[in-house]
Formats: sequence, structure tokens, C-alpha cells
Amino acid sequence: MSKNAQDLNKKDLFTGAEIFVKCLEAAGVENIFGYPGGAVLHIYDELFKQKNVNHILVRHEQGAVHAAEGYAKSSGKTGVVLVTSGPGATNSITGIADAYMDSVPIVVFTGQVRTNLIGNDAFQEVDTVGITRPCVKHNFMITDVKDMANTIKKAFYIANSGRPGPVVVDIPKDITEQEFYFDYPKSVSMRSYNPDIKVEDSKIEMIIEAIKKSNKPIIYAGGGVINSNASEELTEFAKISKFPVTNTLMGLGCYPGDDKQFVQMLGMHGSYEANMAMHDCDLMIAIGARFDDRITGRLDKFSPGAKIIHIDIDPSSISKNIKADIAIVGDVKKILKSLLAKIKKDSVNIPNIDSWWKEIDEWRKKESFSYKQGNEIIKPQYVVDELYKVTKGEAFVTSDVGQHQMWVAQLYKFNKPRRWINSGGLGAMGFGLPSAMGVQFANPGSLVCCVTGEASIQMCIQELSTCLQYGLPIKIINLNNRYMGMVRQWQEFFYKGRYAMSYMDALPDFVKLTESYGHVGMKIEKPKDVSSSIKEALSLKDKLVFIDFITDQDENVYPMIATGKAHNEMILS
Amino acid sequence: MRHIISVLLENESGALSRVANLFSARNYNIESLSVAPSEDSSSSRMTIVTSGNDDVIEQIIKQLDKLIDVISVTDITSEDHLEREIVLISLKSEDFGQSKLKGNDNIKIHELDNNNVILELVDSPNNINKILDEFEDLAFSVVRSGAVGINKTKQGE
Repeated sequence: MSKNAQDLNKKDLFTGAEIFVKCLEAAGVENIFGYPGGAVLHIYDELFKQKNVNHILVRHEQGAVHAAEGYAKSSGKTGVVLVTSGPGATNSITGIADAYMDSVPIVVFTGQVRTNLIGNDAFQEVDTVGITRPCVKHNFMITDVKDMANTIKKAFYIANSGRPGPVVVDIPKDITEQEFYFDYPKSVSMRSYNPDIKVEDSKIEMIIEAIKKSNKPIIYAGGGVINSNASEELTEFAKISKFPVTNTLMGLGCYPGDDKQFVQMLGMHGSYEANMAMHDCDLMIAIGARFDDRITGRLDKFSPGAKIIHIDIDPSSISKNIKADIAIVGDVKKILKSLLAKIKKDSVNIPNIDSWWKEIDEWRKKESFSYKQGNEIIKPQYVVDELYKVTKGEAFVTSDVGQHQMWVAQLYKFNKPRRWINSGGLGAMGFGLPSAMGVQFANPGSLVCCVTGEASIQMCIQELSTCLQYGLPIKIINLNNRYMGMVRQWQEFFYKGRYAMSYMDALPDFVKLTESYGHVGMKIEKPKDVSSSIKEALSLKDKLVFIDFITDQDENVYPMIATGKAHNEMILS
Repeated sequence: MRHIISVLLENESGALSRVANLFSARNYNIESLSVAPSEDSSSSRMTIVTSGNDDVIEQIIKQLDKLIDVISVTDITSEDHLEREIVLISLKSEDFGQSKLKGNDNIKIHELDNNNVILELVDSPNNINKILDEFEDLAFSVVRSGAVGINKTKQGE
């Protein structure tokens, strides 16, 4: 403590709720997503009295967290959430777990019952710190108003440093009444947490030696490149080396999607060329990726002949699923900068890989993401393709989870990072619409599209109300095949077509539903109307437009690597 | 293989459950865990006995280190270290009298009024297992502290 509290006048004292809001201001927080309730009423009263921190009222706490995630993912800033105790906290868990899986920097403030009631099964009491412990980077309960500013400072520091992640701060109601002076720490240091890792030069040498010896290299880049803001460095490295680049679902946009060195997404629904190249490569340079099971497929048949270099900020990601031959822990941006500097300084001779490119170009000829659009029924892929064309690849696109998500990942070519916002690790349906709200708040004036399905959209449909309240002109592209498409696909492949509970019976009229919320709804059933409807939606600049595309019920996502199969065992059609 | 891991962590509420939670959430084995304040009251030292192949142990150490409250993690298994555990054994005086352990100078005996004795022994977990084998066929109850370990060369590790 820099000052002695006793030396201060009464007028320097603030309530915990006042200190809380001052801390948000001091932390530079512009927007918070939340929902009021008993335990946080003192805080809401203080928010009401000021203008610096803008509070956005969602309609369900899950929506608040996904919105904060969309805000964070599209801007790099920390997303902030404020919810009440009990159900406010439990409703936010899906979003917190999602942020944990996808390394999204958010701070979630939860109200808590008064400290004298904790453990008494009080009204709206849950053990928030206990419940969230397994799905947060860290969490705190503030038990003394003196700790408020310091804890909030730490929360923001932890959330958005190192490998980013969610931090929960639980605040009992009486703490927001107690008085103390306000002193927001300028810096924070923790003996148990130091995310600043020095790049080991010897490891850079090892990477260069491996590059010199490679004939069939591939760069496998994930979301860590985006979190580290290292797209430029990655692109420069790829251009200097002329190596092929593949992206994970979370990495899309970290390398230009329409570049000829880009071999598309890899993994379960990745391209033929990406997966074959991963299987046959002799050098894999994994950057900010974690060898997730949807990426690797069968582990013992994963890239049998490859030397594996793994660059990641999280030591526990290295050799967790796949043993790395050369592991380098640290910030991807710093490491790539060192690598580039060394390559230039030593004029490293990068091997000619023309014959490798010939092999890759042969695989490319399969055109594994292709589909045939007829005149009658709309193919879902066609809608994504048209969206890409009409928006010129410049939109922010969020998605929910399932087939539509894969089709966007395959067909919308993201050329910039932080444009593609989806739920990868947790795979949380309901993510698309609220995350689009967060993206719109972080990028006012930009075009934000939410590609979804009739099943996913209903999981957070209530947020249409939030969109009305704040005038968010999101364009919702609903690929409506009357099925939980990905569930249906698995049931077709692996359960002999027994479509248990995957048919979406009793769907609402989405046009009327949208209109009842004060937005514009359209229903499109013919391929010839797809492009014009998207153009029309985009022309309604100030309006949220919901386009309900009635699509082919039987379409599957190809290619597919079934669980337990290797990269070279894809189902192509 | 059996490993003994020493963890220095912040003496904060919830720190213990973060560690315990990690082991259950990630399906790691845990043979014993003991924790108490270290030489500095703001931190605690925990000794965890676990088992697993090299890859699993590597992950356990990395995952422990990743916890924000954890200051340092050391696998002292392969280092020159001292490992001790305390055991309390309650059994009938008569049974103890007939056992091979009578006369073992390392065992401290607490005679009770009710014809029972409590044996107190500090030894390596391995030796304690051997001693407990002696009572295999008898009625007895046992309380073990779990192992604690310390590196012999480095101060405070």
C-alpha cells in the first residue's frame, strides 16, 4: 500500500462499488456486458451515475460472456462482464469455459452474497470460485475492500498476458459497501506468474538447421499467431521460405486465405491438400497451435516422417499430444522476429521445394471443398460463397457450431486476423449472435455477419432484443436445413441413418420472429435469390437483417477424417 | 514410475483445491499429498507423490507450473533427497507384544489404558509399508501423513 489509510481525510474514502467503477475507468474499459441482480446493485447504481464506462444489457448471462469474447477476439482488448451471484454466475459458465478453451482474454465480475452469509446456502448463493476453478486461467474472491483495486489490476494483467484466458473476480455485496481510498496500481508483479519469456537463441539455430535439411516442410499455424499479433511476421516467414501454410480453425486469417501458398484449413474437415501435406511432410513448423484431437486424428499415424518444431507460449501445450523434436516456449511474435532476423543476417539458404509444391498441387486438383449448385435447392456452401463474394472477404464473420461453421471455415477466405470469430475448443452452440454483438461494439461501422443454423441460433435467440436496444446492424445468415446438421451427418455415417432427435421439428417462422423484435426478416428458398438477398441485406445499413436460407437437408461437410483415422484416410464425398 | 514432486505455492485460500482439482480434472494419479506453510508464512510447500510414465509426469509438472498460485515445481525423485512419512498405528497391546516389531528402537510406543497401544514411527514410505505388512492378519487401524520430501543439497527446495 502506497499510502496510509489513516492519514487520509474522510472525503478521500469511496465505497467498494465506487472503487470498482473507478478501477474499470483506470483500466481503460470502455464497454462491459452484463445483467443486474441483487448482489451487484450497488455497482449498478455507480455505473448509472457515470458516463465513461458503457454498460450493455444482454438478455442472458451466456450472451454477456460470448459478447465479451467477440469484443476481445476482434479487437485484442480484454472483454469485461458483470453478472450477479447464483444464477448470474452459473449462466455465465459456458462462456467462461469457451474463453478458457480458446484463450480469450476476458474478466468476469460476479456478485456474491454478503461475506457473513457465505456457506449458509443463502439466496442466490453458489460457490462461484469453486465452480469456475477448472475453466478459468485464474479466479479471485475479494474479501476486503482494501484488496479491490489490486485484485482488479491483477485480473486484467493475468487475463491478457502470456496465454490469454478468462479471469473471474467474485465480489461479495458487503465489500461494495465498505469504504476505502482509491489507488489503482500502475503496475503489477507476481512472483508466481511471469509471462515474459526470453527467446533462446540456441533454439533459433536449431530451427534454422532443421529448415536447411527439409525437403517437404509445412507451416501449421493456429490461434496463437492471432493472439500474439504475429500475422505479419508469419506471412513474412512464409514468403521468405516459400513454405506451404495451413491454418487451424482458430488460426484462420492469420495468413491470407487467398494466397497461393495457403493450403487451406487442416484437420477433421480440412482440405485434402492440407491433410496430405501434414501426413507426408518431413518438417512441421507448428506455431501457436496445440495439436488438438480434431487436428491430429489418429495419433500414432500422425505425420510419421516429420521432424516437429513446436513454437508456443504455453509449455503445457508442448508434447502434450504429439512429441516435439524442437520445442521453443515463448511469445510467437518475438520468436518469429528472432527467426527472421537470423535468417536475414546469416543469409540462410532455404532449400528449393519445387517438387514438394508439385505434389501439393496434385492434391489440390481434388478440389475437396467443391460442391454442385443446381437450380432448385440452395446448397449451404453456395450461400457462404456468395457471402464471401458480396462482402469481398472484408466482413467480420461470427458463427455458431456445426456444419455451417465448417463451411465458413472452408469457403470464406479470411485475409486478415481477428475477422473470424467462432467457438473452436468448446464448440458452444449459441455463440454466434452474442459474439457478433461484441464484435460490433468493438468495430462500430464495420460489417458484422453471423452465419448460423436454425438449431444454434435458437440457443441465444433472445439477444435479438439486445440488438434492437443498441441498434446493432448485424446480418444473420441462417443456413436452415431443418436438422442439427452435424449431428445428422454423424448419424448418417456412423448410426445407419437413425436420426435420433436431430430433426428440428416445430421451428418458428424466423421472419416473423425477427420482425417481432423490430428487425428485418427475409426467407430465401431459390438459388437465384441468394446473392441479391445478401446485397439487399447489406444495403440496409442501419438494420439487423435475418436471412433464413432454406437449404439442402442432406448436404454433408467433406472432406472428413473420422475419429480414430489418420490424415491420409479422408472421406472425400 | 513413482515420482515425488515438491511444489511451492502462494498460501492463498483455494490454492490446495486448485492442485487437487488439477489431478482429478486431468485424470492424474495421486498417491499422497501433504501441505503446510513453508519457512515463509506467505507460501506453502506441498509434497505430492504420484505415478505415471515420463510423458505424464512432464505434463503434471507443466500443468502445476501453469497454475497462477504456483511459485515453483521440482521433481525431486531423481535428485539426492530425503523422504519421510509419519505413521500412527493403533492395535491391541497383546498383538504388538507378539509381533517382530517389539524391540524396534525406531518405534515410539504410546501405551493406553484400554489394552491398546499406539505406535508412532517416522520412516521412509517404503519401510512403513514393510512394517504394516507385519500386521497383515491383525486388527489395527492406521493413519499416515503422506510423504514429505526435501532436497539434500539445495537450501529450501
